[in-house]
Amino acid sequence: MPIQVLMPALSPTMEKGNLSKWLKKEGEAIKSGDVIAEIETDKATMEVEATDEGTLGKILIPEGTADVAVNTPIATILADGESAADAGKASAPAKQEKAAESAPPAAETKSAPTPKDETPAPQPAPAASKAAAAELDPEVPAGTEMVTMTIREALRDAMAEEMRRDPDVFIMGEEVAEYQGAYKVSQGLLQEFGARRVIDTPITEHGFAGIGVGAAMAGLKPIVEFMTFNFAMQAMDQIINSAAKTLYMSGGQMGCSIVFRGPNGAAARVAAQHSQDYSAWYSQIPGLKVVAPFSAADYKGLLKAAIRDPNPVIFLENEMLYGHSGEVPKLDDYVIPIGKARVVRSGGHVTIISWSNGMSYALKAADELAKEGIEAEVIDLRTLRPMDTDTIVASVKKTGRAVAVEEGWQQNGVGAEIAARLMEHAFDYLDAPVARVSGKDVPMPYAANLEKLALPSVAEVVEAAKAVCYR
Amino acid sequence: MAAPKKSVAKETVQGNGADTPPEFTREQELTALRDMLLIRRFEEKAGQLYGMGAIGGFCHLYIGQEAIVVGMQMALKKGDQVITGYRDHGHMLACGMEAKGVMAELTGRHGGYSKGKGGSMHMFSKEKNFFGGHGIVGAQVSLGTGLAFANRYRGNDFVSLAYFGDGASNQGQVYESFNMAELWKLPVIYIIENNRYAMGTSVTRSSAQTDFSKRGVSFNIPGEQVDGMDVRAVKAAGDRAVAWCRAGKGPFILEMQTYRYRGHSMSDPAKYRTREEVDKVRHDSDPIEQVRNRLLAAKMSEQELKAIDAEVREIVNAAADFAQHDPEPDAAELWTDVYR
Repeated sequence: MPIQVLMPALSPTMEKGNLSKWLKKEGEAIKSGDVIAEIETDKATMEVEATDEGTLGKILIPEGTADVAVNTPIATILADGESAADAGKASAPAKQEKAAESAPPAAETKSAPTPKDETPAPQPAPAASKAAAAELDPEVPAGTEMVTMTIREALRDAMAEEMRRDPDVFIMGEEVAEYQGAYKVSQGLLQEFGARRVIDTPITEHGFAGIGVGAAMAGLKPIVEFMTFNFAMQAMDQIINSAAKTLYMSGGQMGCSIVFRGPNGAAARVAAQHSQDYSAWYSQIPGLKVVAPFSAADYKGLLKAAIRDPNPVIFLENEMLYGHSGEVPKLDDYVIPIGKARVVRSGGHVTIISWSNGMSYALKAADELAKEGIEAEVIDLRTLRPMDTDTIVASVKKTGRAVAVEEGWQQNGVGAEIAARLMEHAFDYLDAPVARVSGKDVPMPYAANLEKLALPSVAEVVEAAKAVCYR
Repeated sequence: MAAPKKSVAKETVQGNGADTPPEFTREQELTALRDMLLIRRFEEKAGQLYGMGAIGGFCHLYIGQEAIVVGMQMALKKGDQVITGYRDHGHMLACGMEAKGVMAELTGRHGGYSKGKGGSMHMFSKEKNFFGGHGIVGAQVSLGTGLAFANRYRGNDFVSLAYFGDGASNQGQVYESFNMAELWKLPVIYIIENNRYAMGTSVTRSSAQTDFSKRGVSFNIPGEQVDGMDVRAVKAAGDRAVAWCRAGKGPFILEMQTYRYRGHSMSDPAKYRTREEVDKVRHDSDPIEQVRNRLLAAKMSEQELKAIDAEVREIVNAAADFAQHDPEPDAAELWTDVYR
């Protein structure tokens, strides 16, 4: 039986890629280790090596095909003695898969950040969407053109705009320059701004965080990228003791305008040391601001705000969201104020509060609940410190019930803080205790089934919402 | 008057940078004497006030080490920056900060440099280019490297001085900073104030490599050992290091061999060394005595020298008076300066 070559996953979160080039022809001999094709993802162009010996039988996915799903058969390899006729037999089932996979969806979203303005795929990419403009908070002028872009692109645009605007803004971190960003967030920045302002650092988080803080004390505006916030634990002293506290200790003299940004929380299958959610740790510290957006527009507007903010800002991103698309207003200077939550979905029965990737579960749960006649109001906190207590209290005064959804651990988490504030400010309005849906109290496991269990789920959010509704 | 005894403390080397430091002019000797005396008298007064309960918490005195900051300041120009750890009173005075503002911060009053909110280890002056005052051992080294980064980014020719101790020199972030400083040719002088003890742990018990001038060898950073008790040697080494940095050649390490007469801090009974050892260094190598003796040998009168001391004591006494009578910060200040 001919061997099928499948589309490989080149990173833990890759789901599809473009088959950009075949380097071997049908009928050519293949040795183990030979590079047979090139695949382009949104992060990089990678080579596919053959692991088997034989002859390249049939190319199933032609060069240039975009959005080939992982595990799609892309070619067959014939062993000695097999013929092209055999290859034909192997390819038949693959053809059907290919047909299904080859129509790329227009918007590659997994979840709807703003349900009203996302239309079901596939559909030609929308050039303008007035409805989308009205969904934003703060609102943008009516008729503003909206552009669909990924969160990755929104982040890059935010940084590029701020770097164009202010010569004191620079970015430093591992692989931000020549590699174009470990997650391709800083793609193109080196080309536009040069090596003086886009700086590759050695793998020395403690040291380069300190250098960033020192540069900020001298009046520059660094963006310090941590490849993930797991690695920022090495730099914790500089973030907390130098960046956060110095303005206070100096009686107001020595501020620090710096942004620490990078992916936070769980990715996919990267296990315990690479999956921690630091929302609770950083949002405890007076002197820091902590921002955790979900939608593409919010990522852009809030990163610009963070860069301009004269205080140290922790900007928590999420790797799972980088490839998500959303509508971003096409404005010269789209800045969102730090410290304001957004009501993403209105409803009268229960308030669901979340941020960052937690919003994925919250919004899907809201859709599920609606089917049962429970209308959830979903609030995206967007900023964890300072937390917008007024917005969540106003909502709970209306609904009487609240569920906080977080990927991080429950003990001493942000959900606990939300519950405490609601108890303090809306006790008389609560018809049920505040529920928390959190990551399970275990280090993140590797096995796919266990990881799913460790994280919150839409079902758990639905269950919690129903529980507080006594349904 | 007999020539001053060469400062030879046990385990000290005379410095590998130059054999005899260039002579000072009378002007330089007088400046050095006054500036070192100001630090000496200030620190003695701070020690007193601590004993009386007027200063609380941490108080790390610089007595014995005065020649380092004073000599280095003589090698700098306006715009150059200084950062250090918590043994910082001497650095602040040497940078030109007011004794009143420093002392009132020690006593936690609203007239202190940080409005009383920082204390001994957390004072700053943008105006005098003094960037603290830091409580976490070694943190100032990466911060100081960041100051140098900013200078390079801006394309100016200022240098940054990052002071730290023999104890701090074993911190990991120091080497991370060394690597990046040399990689990017940052204009920073790392001054390792080797006073032979990291709190209660002697260098021989804490450091596998006790020649601190060599700590940058792995990163190709040049270094010199300097007799930190001789203010002329300090200035000469400072001149060499400053020239190196201003020329864009990257960082430089100066190991200043020195000694502190008091304990690590006011709470340290200093049982880890003998009284004899302290007395010997004081007798043989005191940095202020060296300058005094040279001035006397150059026919300056005891009276003139006493007058300088008196002037300095007046400044210190006025500072102590201010620091004890200035009010504490307003209660409302509890909530201010968290965010800009």
